[in-house]
Amino acid sequence: MSKIIIDETYCKGCGLCVAVCPRALISLDAEKLTPKGYRPAKLDDASKCTACAMCATMCPDVAITVVKE
Amino acid sequence: MSEKVLMKGNEAIAEAALRAGCQCFFGYPITPQTELAAYMSKRMPKMGRVYLQAESEIAAINMVYGAAGTGARVMTSSSSPGISLKSEGISYMAGADLPGVIVNITRGGPGLGGIQPAQSDYWQATRAAGHGDFHMIVLAPSTVQEMADEVYNAFDIADRYRTPVMILGDGMLGQMMEPVSLPEEKSGKTDKPWAADGHRNKRKKNVINSLFLKPQALEDRNIERFERYDVIKKNEQRAEMYLTDDAEIVVVAFGASARVVRSAVDRARSVGIKVGLIRPITLWPYPTDAIESVVDQAKKFLVVEMNMGQMVEDVRLAVAGRKAVDFFGHTGGIIPTPTEVFEQIERIAAEKGEE
Amino acid sequence: MGEIIFKRPDALEDTVFSYCPGCTHGISHRLIAEIIDELGIEGTTVGVAPVGCSVMAYDFFTCDMFEAAHGRAPAVATGIKRVNPDNVVFAYQGDGDLASIGMAETVHAASRGENITVIFINNAIYGMTGGQMAPTSLPGQVTQTSPFGRDVTQAGYPIRVVELLSELDGVALAQRVTLDTPKHVREAKRAIKKAFEYQIAGVGYSIVEIVSTCPTNWGLSPQDAFQWMRDNMLPYYPLGVYRDVKAEGFDNIHDRAADKRERLSCGKDEK
Repeated sequence: MSKIIIDETYCKGCGLCVAVCPRALISLDAEKLTPKGYRPAKLDDASKCTACAMCATMCPDVAITVVKE
Repeated sequence: MSEKVLMKGNEAIAEAALRAGCQCFFGYPITPQTELAAYMSKRMPKMGRVYLQAESEIAAINMVYGAAGTGARVMTSSSSPGISLKSEGISYMAGADLPGVIVNITRGGPGLGGIQPAQSDYWQATRAAGHGDFHMIVLAPSTVQEMADEVYNAFDIADRYRTPVMILGDGMLGQMMEPVSLPEEKSGKTDKPWAADGHRNKRKKNVINSLFLKPQALEDRNIERFERYDVIKKNEQRAEMYLTDDAEIVVVAFGASARVVRSAVDRARSVGIKVGLIRPITLWPYPTDAIESVVDQAKKFLVVEMNMGQMVEDVRLAVAGRKAVDFFGHTGGIIPTPTEVFEQIERIAAEKGEE
Repeated sequence: MGEIIFKRPDALEDTVFSYCPGCTHGISHRLIAEIIDELGIEGTTVGVAPVGCSVMAYDFFTCDMFEAAHGRAPAVATGIKRVNPDNVVFAYQGDGDLASIGMAETVHAASRGENITVIFINNAIYGMTGGQMAPTSLPGQVTQTSPFGRDVTQAGYPIRVVELLSELDGVALAQRVTLDTPKHVREAKRAIKKAFEYQIAGVGYSIVEIVSTCPTNWGLSPQDAFQWMRDNMLPYYPLGVYRDVKAEGFDNIHDRAADKRERLSCGKDEK
């Protein structure tokens, strides 16, 4: 299954990945805060992820690793 | 030492720098030092070295910073207003602990001033080269031979202590021609593990930087640097002592004015006045040991400079109120004459009931 | 289990960037690091950081780095490159650093055809110091030092840097790109990669101007900042290639300059 892994050390909850995902699979986690106090991005539905890597392309903090099945 | 050749001061500096292994020269024309740059522009391309006329003295000192940071031996030269432009760059070099040689062929100031010789950049060189707590080693040659010798050694001193070094000359020394024995060529290459010239995947990365936002880190850097300065003060002070063994009047002068004073001292001695000359060769570290060695025996000090009174403050500091310190000087490009200085010595001798 | 097709480049340290959330500096840094990895040049690369938000870029790249005085990165880069032309030297600068205090160094390094790569982050504002007017701030743009909007009768007009530099014979590549969409990010990466490749091939001076955002000082969210940029900055700073000597059919800046001299002396129109 393709998926993205978001490293919360780096994620600042800027939302660029959320805006760019063509399948709207990413959201900012309302339940969680990173150690720096950001709401980190999370992949809501890995089954629909195609590893297009648009999220990682836009991520200014290089927080996203993309795994292609 | 090779045979003597007749050379202009500015050119002797350039030739000696090349022989010391100076790899890069970045400069900009300004009277009265332009011959140095012109000499480098002719010699360096043939030696496979880097010569570049920068767009300004500011750009030149920043090119020096870049080249020095890669570990190269590098020099720039200018004159008073151009040295002011280099202030920030010099501070950055000190803050990043970079070696380099900066030549100031002093002219009259302040502002655009004049193009004739002066010594009015003493404060700038020893106190205010740039912002922040730092010192630059300042060497003051007084002959064309010394222009060559001091710059030849300056590169070694700069590397040894990782600090910028200034050669503080003036327009007279820069323009005059005297016989000089040129030193032997050396490569000047030393091991610089701190240099940032591309890590080649063989070592950790190096960063050339003077920014330390954490206050304790910045204070620590300053403290370590001043510990190095203490070593420099202990080891590197130099002054020429001329007829000081029994001197009751001690004249202190550097560079071009020391030449004038020497003649005046000789004339005063010929009429029986016990006068001597201390000629600082390092202006920073100031040769306080030399002053100390005569302060008890001296009745009075006389400082002669081509400015409104700058080095006299350092002499007064070293003398610490124990003896009086007079000052005589000219500025604006006027060089005191031996007669004028002799008359000052006579005046002081008369005061003390010497005659 | 699956193949990792996108990860942190090796040429970036593991350090978290000090940039604001959504700041395009991070994307630019990542592209440079990816290119360093792809070209295998980390060992011979020396980067020069400016004064500005990216002052601590020396903490983010794994190659040797210099911190330069404000505006002087091209001069520092010149010193580094001239000592060892085998090194790949890049200068990374913001709009104050490159186009205000450093304009002389910028123009002269370009004019000399220094074989360096300059990455110019143009976000029309001074970020680090809290949002003052930049030489690239737009007419009417509200900043801390233009609180009623940039008044062109007092402060003059913004500077289009790549256009300005594209007049100089020393420039091998001058291109303006942006980072608001994955397509633009990929175009930007191609441009930056070309700029590095031109340096390695000794073609001449390269500059890539990256039209960027400053969400914090523009007072907009990262996404809204991209929209503001599209609506206001891109019309003033059009994307495109303003000089590419190889695309014009020349090997390097010297061949192009010789050709131009020839044309001018024959009274022919400038190409």
